[in-house]
Amino acid sequence: MSVNEPITSAVVTVTVNGTESEHEVPVRRLLVHFLRDDLDLTGTHIGCDTGSCGACTVHLDGVAVKSCAVLAVQADGATVMTVEGLAGEELTPLQRSFHEHHGLQCGYCTPGMLMSASALLAENPSPSEDEVKVALQGNICRCTGYWNIVEAVVAVGKGEAA
Amino acid sequence: MLLREVGYARPATVEEALSLLAGNDGARALAGGQTLLNVMKQRAASPEVLVDLGKLAELRLVGVQGMTLDIGAMVTLSALMRSSEVEVSRPILAEVAATVADVQVRNRGTLGGNICVNDPTNHFPPLLVALDATMTILSEDGERTVSVEDFFVGVFETAVREGELLTRVSVPAGGGGDGMSGVTLGAHGTYIANAAASVDDGRWRIALGCVAAVPVRATLVESRLSGVDVDEADVRAAVEGLGETLDPPSDVHASADYRRSLTETSVVRAVLQAAERASG
Repeated sequence: MSVNEPITSAVVTVTVNGTESEHEVPVRRLLVHFLRDDLDLTGTHIGCDTGSCGACTVHLDGVAVKSCAVLAVQADGATVMTVEGLAGEELTPLQRSFHEHHGLQCGYCTPGMLMSASALLAENPSPSEDEVKVALQGNICRCTGYWNIVEAVVAVGKGEAA
Repeated sequence: MLLREVGYARPATVEEALSLLAGNDGARALAGGQTLLNVMKQRAASPEVLVDLGKLAELRLVGVQGMTLDIGAMVTLSALMRSSEVEVSRPILAEVAATVADVQVRNRGTLGGNICVNDPTNHFPPLLVALDATMTILSEDGERTVSVEDFFVGVFETAVREGELLTRVSVPAGGGGDGMSGVTLGAHGTYIANAAASVDDGRWRIALGCVAAVPVRATLVESRLSGVDVDEADVRAAVEGLGETLDPPSDVHASADYRRSLTETSVVRAVLQAAERASG
């Protein structure tokens, strides 16, 4: 839907994790704040808030984006998936693999890592180690040294996750 | 971080976008937002109105017309990497797109945004100078085209004036061979020094990033290489003395002298890459 005259608040309709939500928000509200504060989906984390760390990564119309660098109003009419939307009754193979490979310590970066890795696996179900590293370049982890995260994602592609 | 209060419009057509840009003081086009929204957080930019180009499908087209590759200003870097037209007619654009930032930024960030920001460390300004690009700029008064050398005006400044919109970047389709090389912070980080080179039929265009407010043509090196069948020794000889002609900045990442040296090395690598592709 187009907006022909400048506005400072807007009704935003977004389908998040399969559920359509409609909220009136100031146009300056970032998507990450919309998800966390308006929709109470606090799995998406705010790390650096400068577009560098990737902790706020979500899928916007199927592609990984940093939700701190998108306005909520830009997502009007779009489909969003957050980390809460990954698992159904059970954890996904990717989530189980992070657990098995000890792909997290403090867990702060984990939602973003999972969203970047799941976007990769949707496009490339059996990525090489190098492909995983490229896909995770936009996500910073301050605990693990990355090895276990990369191993966890590669293992999913090899079908090694339980 | 909260942004300052700002107005927002999302035009459905380019005409509406031009009318919004012309009719609102302090209006600014919002492309992918990967730079603009972050500098707005820091208050380094404070537009009054954001004109969101996200719904303008015609700005996302890539096509070859005759001997020209046309790329819409809103084509994302990820789309450049996947474009079959780019792969066939000017693959260096896709290769360089793949080295910008990270997947999430490439999924939102656009070619038009990368060059309209005109950060001296950005990837595409020197590459487009080497490729002899032409920019199409629209306003309510009509269309004008600007050569790449007139497009980049200063740090964060381009030929796009208030009320105007960059809609398309055009480069010659085909060409002989292209190369780009540089030194970055980390694997895919910000450039400290870089060079882009393009050769067609023995004629070279070489552009340097990171050494001045706008990309710098290495015209002396271009003429030394002109028409010769280059090998590594020739290229090293042609680049000799280039650094002394430059006045690059010193910062925490590199002193001016070190940046001169890195620039010479980048030119050698970019030229050899372009030459190899031209002969292959």
